[in-house]
Amino acid sequence: MSAVLPHPGDHAHDDHHAQPHGWRRWLFATNHKDIGTMYLLFSFTMFMIGGVLALLIRSELFQPGLQFVNPELFNQFTTMHGLIMVFGAIMPAFVGFANWMIPLQIGASDMAFARMNNLSFWLLIPAALMLAGSFFMPGGAPAAGWTIYAPLTMQMGPSMDAGIFALHILGASSIMGSINIIVTILNMRAPGMTLMKMPLFAWTWLITAFLLIAVMPVLAGAITMTLTDRHFGTSFFNPAGGGDPIMYQHIFWFFGHPEVYIMILPAFGIISAIVPAFARKKLFGYASMVYATASIAILSFIVWAHHMYTTGMPVTGQLFFMYATMLIAVPTGVKIFNWIATMWKGSMTFETPMLWAVGFIFVFTMGGFTGLILAMAPIDIQLQDTYYVVAHFHYVLVAGSLYAMFAGVYYWGPKWTGVMYSETRGKIHFWGSLIFFNITFFPMHFLGLAGMPRRYADYPMQFADFNMWATIGAFGFGLMQVYFFLFVVLPMMRGQGAPAPQKPWEGAEGLEWEVPSPAPWHTFENPPKLDATATRVVG
Amino acid sequence: MMTTKSSTWRRRVAQGLWMGGAMLAAQAALAVNSLPGGPAVNQVNLAPPVTRIAGDIQGLHNIMLWICLAIFVAVFSVMFYSILKHRKSLGHKSANFHESVAVEIAWTVVPLLIVIGMGAMATRTVVAMKDTSNADLTIKATGSQWKWGYDYLRGEGEGISFLSSLDSKQRAMSDAGKPEGDDYLLRVDNPLVVPVDRKIRIITTANDVIHAWMVPAFGVKQDAIPGFVRDTWFKADRTGDFYGQCAELCGKEHAYMPIHVKVLSHADYSAWVAAKHKEMAALADDPSKVWTLADLAARGEKVYAANCAACHQASGKGAGPIKALDGSPVVLDGNKIREITVLLQGVNNGAMPSWKQLSDTELAAVITFTKNNWGNKTGQVVQPSEVAAARK
Repeated sequence: MSAVLPHPGDHAHDDHHAQPHGWRRWLFATNHKDIGTMYLLFSFTMFMIGGVLALLIRSELFQPGLQFVNPELFNQFTTMHGLIMVFGAIMPAFVGFANWMIPLQIGASDMAFARMNNLSFWLLIPAALMLAGSFFMPGGAPAAGWTIYAPLTMQMGPSMDAGIFALHILGASSIMGSINIIVTILNMRAPGMTLMKMPLFAWTWLITAFLLIAVMPVLAGAITMTLTDRHFGTSFFNPAGGGDPIMYQHIFWFFGHPEVYIMILPAFGIISAIVPAFARKKLFGYASMVYATASIAILSFIVWAHHMYTTGMPVTGQLFFMYATMLIAVPTGVKIFNWIATMWKGSMTFETPMLWAVGFIFVFTMGGFTGLILAMAPIDIQLQDTYYVVAHFHYVLVAGSLYAMFAGVYYWGPKWTGVMYSETRGKIHFWGSLIFFNITFFPMHFLGLAGMPRRYADYPMQFADFNMWATIGAFGFGLMQVYFFLFVVLPMMRGQGAPAPQKPWEGAEGLEWEVPSPAPWHTFENPPKLDATATRVVG
Repeated sequence: MMTTKSSTWRRRVAQGLWMGGAMLAAQAALAVNSLPGGPAVNQVNLAPPVTRIAGDIQGLHNIMLWICLAIFVAVFSVMFYSILKHRKSLGHKSANFHESVAVEIAWTVVPLLIVIGMGAMATRTVVAMKDTSNADLTIKATGSQWKWGYDYLRGEGEGISFLSSLDSKQRAMSDAGKPEGDDYLLRVDNPLVVPVDRKIRIITTANDVIHAWMVPAFGVKQDAIPGFVRDTWFKADRTGDFYGQCAELCGKEHAYMPIHVKVLSHADYSAWVAAKHKEMAALADDPSKVWTLADLAARGEKVYAANCAACHQASGKGAGPIKALDGSPVVLDGNKIREITVLLQGVNNGAMPSWKQLSDTELAAVITFTKNNWGNKTGQVVQPSEVAAARK
């Protein structure tokens, strides 16, 4: 990518801040675009590692009986697949989008704290090495599930401590990134870019950043208590010393449920940019979108125990969490309706970003329906810890977060690299992914309804056929992502393809389309003067 | 040159297709029938309910499916209509509206009413599921890595107590990758036995980590939490065998601790209780009995197979982080108290758990067995009285 970014030679102060070259440019990076690129490449790498783990899991489950791995290693695979995908792939990828797009969208010259931005990226590397390297520690990687429930964590080997340390570092990185995003958005908007004129991607990230600051320390607390239980004789969660294992779950899910929205709200922001662009029509209900996002964020703090219906809560607790959880369907529904109303009577075209956006709305909504079904406490008690739950959260995380990110890469990729992707290849990637995704995860609903528990290395033979389909689909889905990297991402990074115009999409709006493609290394060094809608630069 | 190249290529493709086909055929060849009371082949919905609660849950699920389907059709017919008609390629010009307070209020309030309605439908069942009062029979289910222990606490059969673990052949088939049978991974040595049409209260707890006791046909799933007790209940409306599996990740053998509940008629249940009481009286060990090495080792082999072989292997060699017993310095040590302590208290933070729930005779037997099996030829005998002394 470095090769395609031209040196901005027309700046007077250039000789004081010469653009560094070679490894220094990346190691000492303070430029939001460079850091954004590194975040995206890092998260894609982690996505591939997590994907390989997923395929190892699916290979073992292709047939009943143990074929490739023993159950201990299998548990390590499921645990590390979850941790790597959540903390290594999805969360950093959205920070990468934020780094690239938020300064461009609000007319700021860079992120507010450029050096902290560098640190928050480079912290990811040791954390990721420690997390992935835990496979080579004595006893192998952590095998207590990504939720690392006590007291199973007490039985884990030294890699559990490495995992906890890695999560601490990733959490610190996330908090720094969030502070940076909040300060950038609140202080560095161009004159005239009032909060209620801000693009929704910036809005959703602003709210997400507050969620992150609120809950990452809670996770840190939970895993620190796990650490002291393991080594320093405390008994927070260890029943042998009078501790309460269920308290761990309460603390974990108080982090964990807002975390779910941390992984989806920025996706809503991306979709809210793409749907109006390709419908050539303004986003319907901008203000209600902002309020809906904020409502989801607030509600996310009072629903955590719906992950815990089977722990045996009092009946009032179950009822409270059931009703509170169902309420979340309301603002989420508002978002879906607004997107469809935006499409209604538009003048739509279906380039790849729009295909992914429509695919997102369609498949994510199916995950929403299963979420509604799971919110009902009695049904959840049947389905808790079965493949139904696995199907549900892959419908919202893969078809939700990941699809939105693909949409974003196709939408903003020309701005990042200065070249257009191949529309045919984009469509192959989309249709292949959509079909294989559903082959993989749709049968899992049936498995869950039939009672197949999750995190099982082997299963009764009645479950064989649906598992076979899921495995076939998973390999197809994995291949589509390799295709995406080799035939879409690499050519764009090498500058192969038609040169991208400044605004490749007819209906797109926003300040990012007011700068050339590829976006020069420095943009909006002087605050731009904006028109009344804060979508165009005037003079 | 070209022809040879392309023919090799073709042969490779053919080989690949053949192998793929063979794998699919192998899959299809796994002959299996639906298991009554357990999973059906390619089952796509909840298990046929055997309790009122399970029936209520299925009813709720069906209603939810219809509501979701209706919303799905309504919302997406609008979206796909728009996608088909409002295209630039059809010359459709975009309209200019982008706000409507009335519409926004409507599609906030209507879904709000729908979800409150859904909650209201489920409330009665939530309350009913939690009502464990007035049980006819109370049974404690204790999860431990990786088996269930059942203690009949109150009601007919009070005092009965046994362990229920996976039939050991199942585990061997799993390791070999050659599963067989309709109850593969669901067959246990001692099923839980209960009478039909009686309210059975299950109290759950655990010895080591969290497990979950689930039987889909009963609509029951309750975590078993170490150090705490929780409860749930069911009242089966017909006799038969019903199956479930542990539903909370509990370590490496998580997939291998099934639940099998045998529901009997009242007469059969009473007969079973009588037989079980007799059997337990006969089996009760006199803890002061002095055993010979051969008898104790023979008894210990059974205890080992039921409790230890899952980790330490029948060969005593262990695997990976699991320590070998064959040639272990602790086992070979002349000081017998060392091995007794390991079994009573566990080591390595419970990676080797405490086995103090076994009787003095069982512990003495299994220790004697390990000290005199495989390459271990210590000739040492550990009597039950020595274990009893070490407990104090």
